[in-house]
Amino acid sequence: MMAALICVVSLAAFLQFFVSYCRSILATTREVELSERVREVSGIHNASVAADDFGRLRQLLHLCLEGGRDRKEIRAIEIYYRLLRILGRMSHSTVPSVSSWVDEERRSCSYFAAVVLDRRISENRDMFNRQLDNGL
Amino acid sequence: MLGPFDYVFWVASFLLEVGVVFCTIYRRVFRSYLPLNTYMACMALVNCGQYACIKRFGYDSPEYAYFYFYTDGLMMILMFLVIMHFYEQIFIEMNVARYIRGAATLLLAATALFSYLVIRQHQDHLSGRFIGEFSQNIYFVGLVLTYLLWGAVLKLRETRTQLVQFVLALGIYFSGTAATYALQNLFPGLWLIVLHWLPGVMGAWLPAAWLYTFAKVPREARLSTAPLAVVTR
Repeated sequence: MMAALICVVSLAAFLQFFVSYCRSILATTREVELSERVREVSGIHNASVAADDFGRLRQLLHLCLEGGRDRKEIRAIEIYYRLLRILGRMSHSTVPSVSSWVDEERRSCSYFAAVVLDRRISENRDMFNRQLDNGL
Repeated sequence: MLGPFDYVFWVASFLLEVGVVFCTIYRRVFRSYLPLNTYMACMALVNCGQYACIKRFGYDSPEYAYFYFYTDGLMMILMFLVIMHFYEQIFIEMNVARYIRGAATLLLAATALFSYLVIRQHQDHLSGRFIGEFSQNIYFVGLVLTYLLWGAVLKLRETRTQLVQFVLALGIYFSGTAATYALQNLFPGLWLIVLHWLPGVMGAWLPAAWLYTFAKVPREARLSTAPLAVVTR
């Protein structure tokens, strides 16, 4: 009985802490403006990034040379995004309020991926310019 | 018997714990986070001790069981000091450090007394099941303390990103570990299949998350905690 109670409370607390931790990582990019360059590359034309853009942005991230600085962050957010997608599918027809919350969270994940992509493109471009300068 | 994944998590935990200590020395914040660093350094030493114990006596030996059990208890006391340090940091402007220290001493004494009484009662049969139950309870106490700490973070609108991430990482660690031990007690058959990996994963998670925060989040970084709460008021 005691173990069951501890199990339920701990799992609920785990979910709550995990969501808050992921949000604290997402919060670091919330205020960052996306550049025109990344919008052009990723095909984002509206002011906000769509919830389903995450997969495409993740693929574009794979194409960039990674500096290793944000690999863990993007992996943590990817796990969060996948969990949200499962929750979204489960709640889509049963609990609409949860479904809209999930969409909002997934949109934040996509925005985070877009900001990381923007950062990587900028880093890659700097590196390319440095190599050109060294070559000349 | 330990498998390759157990060793991977073990080595990863050790390296990450040492990494936290070196990172705080490099960033010149070692003394500001003294309890946290003491915990990480001791944890790294305990990992070495456990490895030596397994090599000498074997994984299923009572010597290893006693070593694991007693060091876990000692590390839990150190962890309470880390939590109290976080409480002090959060209530720093309210000048209640004296009361927090008093409460911490009382809590430590109560935990030590409770542990002593439980061990004395079970000294003839320190079985795996008993250890599982004891760990479940002690980690749950840690979870409750961290949950109250998180409540204080939200209530006092704490904005220091580093502190917020330290507390959240601690919450994930305690809740994950307490849930693992509770599941072990509920379904002992699951331990060998999947659950025995989880304390190792959680053991690597905490230094990894703290190392990430020390290395990536600037000390002066600030964030609003209101959007972090899962249940908005």
